[in-house]
Amino acid sequence: MSGIAIKATSVVKSFGEGSAKVMALKGLEFEARFGEMVYIVGPSGSGKTTFLSVLSGILRPDSGTVLVEGADIWSMPANALAAFRLNKIGFVFQDYHLFPRLTTIENTAIPLILRRRDWDQSLREALGYLDIVGLKERAQLPPVKLSGGEQQRVAISRAIVGQPDFLVFDEPTASLDGETGRSIVRFVKEKVLNDRRCIIVVTHDSRIYEFASRILTMEDGKLTGTMPVPA
Amino acid sequence: MKGIFRLAFKLLVNDKAKFSALIVGITFAVFLMVQMTSLFAGILDHSSSTVLNVGATMWVMDPSVQTVANSIGMPDYVLDAVRSIPGVKFAAPLYSGVALLKLPDGAWQAATVIGLDDSTLFGRPELIRGKIQDIYAENAFIAVYDSEFKKLGNPQIGSELQINDHRARIVGIAKVNVSSLFGLPTLYTTYYRALQYIPNPRFTISYVLVEPKTPRDIPAIKKAVAKIGYRAVTKSEFIGMISAFYKYQTGIGTNILIMTVISFLVGLSISGQTFYTFIIENLEKFGALKAIGATNNELVAMILFQAAFTSLTGYGLGIGLCTLLVTLAKVRLPSYASMITYFNLAVAFVMVLFIAGFSSYVGVRRVLRIEPFDIFRS
Ligand SMILES: Nc1ncnc2c1ncn2[C@@H]1O[C@H](COP(=O)(O)OP(=O)(O)O)[C@@H](O)[C@H]1O
Ligand SMILES: [Mg+2]
Repeated sequence: MSGIAIKATSVVKSFGEGSAKVMALKGLEFEARFGEMVYIVGPSGSGKTTFLSVLSGILRPDSGTVLVEGADIWSMPANALAAFRLNKIGFVFQDYHLFPRLTTIENTAIPLILRRRDWDQSLREALGYLDIVGLKERAQLPPVKLSGGEQQRVAISRAIVGQPDFLVFDEPTASLDGETGRSIVRFVKEKVLNDRRCIIVVTHDSRIYEFASRILTMEDGKLTGTMPVPA
Repeated sequence: MKGIFRLAFKLLVNDKAKFSALIVGITFAVFLMVQMTSLFAGILDHSSSTVLNVGATMWVMDPSVQTVANSIGMPDYVLDAVRSIPGVKFAAPLYSGVALLKLPDGAWQAATVIGLDDSTLFGRPELIRGKIQDIYAENAFIAVYDSEFKKLGNPQIGSELQINDHRARIVGIAKVNVSSLFGLPTLYTTYYRALQYIPNPRFTISYVLVEPKTPRDIPAIKKAVAKIGYRAVTKSEFIGMISAFYKYQTGIGTNILIMTVISFLVGLSISGQTFYTFIIENLEKFGALKAIGATNNELVAMILFQAAFTSLTGYGLGIGLCTLLVTLAKVRLPSYASMITYFNLAVAFVMVLFIAGFSSYVGVRRVLRIEPFDIFRS
């Protein structure tokens, strides 16, 4: 399956009013297929996070449409949109946003718990995903006891525990050292990406460009073109 | 839904420092509120002890009487006048005064003496030991077995003491419903003996106890008594009068009210403040949950659950603490006037609900306003 997974048309988004108005997105066209890991790269402030939020149903655009698996997400009512995010999208936030008062395994299980899955069953499934990211032994520790790279892997296991069709990563390597960052993205490419899944990565870290399927460049609120994937 | 409550519970309880502060705040507030209002209820209850123990349907008294302990003597014709009111089934005089006793060991002790009508013994207590007819024997008195009983030197039937230099003999031990507020033991005797033993002003009837023919006669009796310049009230009206006296004429009520309000405000601010900080510190996490796909309703349910859980736990602990303290106090001080009534518990519960509602309202407002995008962007 390598059909169109997500398609955005004429997406415009501004912040503020009057003279303080910032045009963050100035009419973007975008398309991604299943089985792809698409990068959006560009300087800080170019609108990458804003665009990722519009694509993933978190931030409503001023105009334009986003079709995810053919469904126009921005015409959905709020609860349907929340359900769409819960069931279709796995998020890996820039700062991970793990719960310091929960154990690693409970953090991982959150999307399942929000899906009203039984608690113990959720934890059992979560343990399987912690195993995949190599943190089974850390399951009962709180995230603060883990290193940055390990926390990133917990965030990834939380993002994939519900087997979403889409994964969105915002600057996944921003707070990791070079080698850790590369190993994590390599892991995502080898173990998490498959041909029923579409991954969108926003970054400006050139050390991980080699793992991309495609690289799109963004500048000043517009997608300006593509960039060759380094060997 | 169960899972998100468990999640909410863990987020709350695992933050041990904040959770303890919340619980302490609410426990403290509940404890103070219940403590204050119970003390007050106890005082009111004990202050009406004579009215409760004697148990007449109506009381006739001088219009200036405010509380049962401070009676004002009425002339004998009042008794006859009351007896001749058409709705009155019967009426009996009651004497209530204070006498100075000399105990066998030589110690002095003040006591309340209640004199019952010689022919009917109306208002007589229930005896645990002895026979009521013995009250007619020479120098006979009945001691009331209340929390002040031991101040009489734990008398037995046959024990002797001196009342205002007259010999007195205990012929019975009576049970009471409520001990008095003033720490004085109580003795029952007949009306005429009370007059002999206790020096008196000109008028000697403290109260006329009235039994109406039917409850429908009560208003007419009141009117007729008012016509001769006295006042007739029902038992519950009398208790209400005494309560009002302690509430409004003594400063006790006002102080207790102020203390209750203060404890409520302290509890509200400690708990409200802590819960608010708790929500603010977790705001990002609630934002992350929202981004992942939790609905606003689910987040609100989580906050309400957290607030309800904390408040109910604090409520329980507060009540427990209060009960423990009152019980301990009563062990040391049998007449300690404190009474935890259902009404007090309900008042404290309503206040706790208010604290919980207020705290969660503030939290919910913040959580509903978070934009998950802001979390995403940070
Ligand atoms: N909530 C906001 N209010 C005002 N301006 C915003 C807001 N969010 C983003 N912006 C602006 O939009 C632009 C794009 O921001 P962002 O998408 O975060 O860029 P990037 O992720 O590429 O660094 C920036 O100029 C930023 O200042
Ligand atoms: Mg960004």
